[in-house]
Amino acid sequence: MRVDLDVIQNWISPKSRVLDLGCGDGMLLEQLGRNKQVSGYGLEIDPEQIERCVARGVNVVEQNLDAGLGNFADDSFDTVVMTQALQTLRQPHLVVQEMLRVGRECIITFPNFGQWRARWHLAVSGRMPVSDLLPYEWYDTPNIHFCTFRDFDLLCRERGWTILHRQVVSETAIGVAMKDFLPNLFGETAIYHLTR
Amino acid sequence: MPLPFVFGRGAPVNLPVSQQITVSAPEAGITLSTEKLSVPAGQPDVSREHGSVGIVVPRQHTFREPLELACGRTLNEYTLVYETYGSLNADRSNAVLICHALSGHHHAAGYHSEDDKRPGWWDNYIGPGKPIDTDRFFVVSLNNLGGCHGSTGPASINPDTGGPWGPDFPRLRVRDWVHSQARLADLLGIEQWAAVIGGSLGGMQAMRWSLEYPDRLRHCVVIASAMKLSAQNIAFNETARQAITSDPDFCDGRYLDKGRLPRRGLAVARMIGHITYLSDDGLGKKFGRELRSGTFERGVEEEVEFQVQSYLRHQGDSFSGSFDPNTYILMTRALDYFDLAREYGDDPVAAFSHACCRFMLISFTSDWRFAPERSREIADALMHANLPVSYAEIESSMGHDAFLLPNNRYRRVFDAYMKRVAAECTAGVAP
Repeated sequence: MRVDLDVIQNWISPKSRVLDLGCGDGMLLEQLGRNKQVSGYGLEIDPEQIERCVARGVNVVEQNLDAGLGNFADDSFDTVVMTQALQTLRQPHLVVQEMLRVGRECIITFPNFGQWRARWHLAVSGRMPVSDLLPYEWYDTPNIHFCTFRDFDLLCRERGWTILHRQVVSETAIGVAMKDFLPNLFGETAIYHLTR
Repeated sequence: MPLPFVFGRGAPVNLPVSQQITVSAPEAGITLSTEKLSVPAGQPDVSREHGSVGIVVPRQHTFREPLELACGRTLNEYTLVYETYGSLNADRSNAVLICHALSGHHHAAGYHSEDDKRPGWWDNYIGPGKPIDTDRFFVVSLNNLGGCHGSTGPASINPDTGGPWGPDFPRLRVRDWVHSQARLADLLGIEQWAAVIGGSLGGMQAMRWSLEYPDRLRHCVVIASAMKLSAQNIAFNETARQAITSDPDFCDGRYLDKGRLPRRGLAVARMIGHITYLSDDGLGKKFGRELRSGTFERGVEEEVEFQVQSYLRHQGDSFSGSFDPNTYILMTRALDYFDLAREYGDDPVAAFSHACCRFMLISFTSDWRFAPERSREIADALMHANLPVSYAEIESSMGHDAFLLPNNRYRRVFDAYMKRVAAECTAGVAP
């Protein structure tokens, strides 16, 4: 289980209704269903991921997030989740706006581009960072809108979104030790819990 | 004598004597037999070699309890012809119903004889190891009421007149089929289907099942279908019907009484349908502008025929030799009339709030008669109604016909879903 998914589970109430944008193989929804009797749907466009969701009995609907969430009514979910997909969207800010319309709360996780290793990579080698989590070259990456923990904070302020929780997680020893003091420098993954 | 129910592998299930099948006079030239065909010694068993259910034998039953129809009329008795593949398990929880589309019938999988060149219409997806796995499921496939492959329809004899029903056969709606299919389920001792599955018009039947008999199915698989036809779709159907009715041999639908057959009209109707079931891209890939005969050479006056012309004519001609024109009119009307939410205040969410099964929806990108948008509408309504649903949009250039054709992604996702359905059956979820 990815660390960000662990954190998210604590912020979702039992028996609530969840929409998971870019749900991947459906692991989060499966866990939420099993541990918290949460019901909901995942949206995904990758055929192989859709097949994995179907195979594990997770409700998955093929839908492109870049086309918006116009098919969902206001307040139709308790929580709308989007893990590690923000940076792949054409207009991330509009999708978050839509998430807050469709859900009473929303949870977003994304790779923190402000983490020291990314900064180091760019500063020292002068090239775009490539890591285990982000293994693509700049020209073939699906990740087209990188931001940092701090960037997203500013977006929330500009848009007037209320931050219920925010934190970063890290899987390295130094990251775990330092992330609470300098989240933007040591967090690998940023997690935001928002409401309108 | 116990009736064998299995034409594939596995142990036969015997019905109690009271439920044995009445075999009446065969219609439409189908030879019926109650004997299980065994593979002659020394001959390869197709069922084991190619994921085929092998040789299957249609059976039929005449229902004598009157069936009230949506149009207000009643059919006092009617015959349904059907095939079954696989075997019913002990708690009768592994039965799957296949609902056919416009021109379909009961013969969905396997072969009728050793020399049979073509298998049933959905053999790509029904058989041992296929998505509708006959090693796991007991599959029931029937010819719908109003059909022309053995079930009572316009070409059958009207007991009141002693002549063919012709145009006097009641106009059927999708719900009439669903009710008659429920009678067939009763006959076979199936209280609850593991899944009701259908493509196109068959998908409409599957959805209607979920509303009319919510407790009698656990899964509803709807492929390349819609909650109602669009104006364009109805327009195509009307053009097809006009082609049939304007054939001088149609005789107001009483062609059988007069020993005639509006074959040309039906062939044109089929050609219209066929073009729309394929895509521009699909036809282009298959035929392009290839010539079958003639030449464009300067100075040569010779008629040119494109490959696509001869293909279409062949499709039309072979269809019109094996299908009843009145049935074609009846089936296209049922398609036009279907509107899932009509009686629920035109609100699909209100309609689906009566359902309680799980849904799997599949559509195909180049299908313009049952476009992906129509399936997305179904998915949206189901999500609003808070029902379990999954939806996959399959990349294909084969148009509406894609639901019948081999396609890797389609097979895989369909298979993944059906494996879940099968797992529930063996876990004994059913009562």
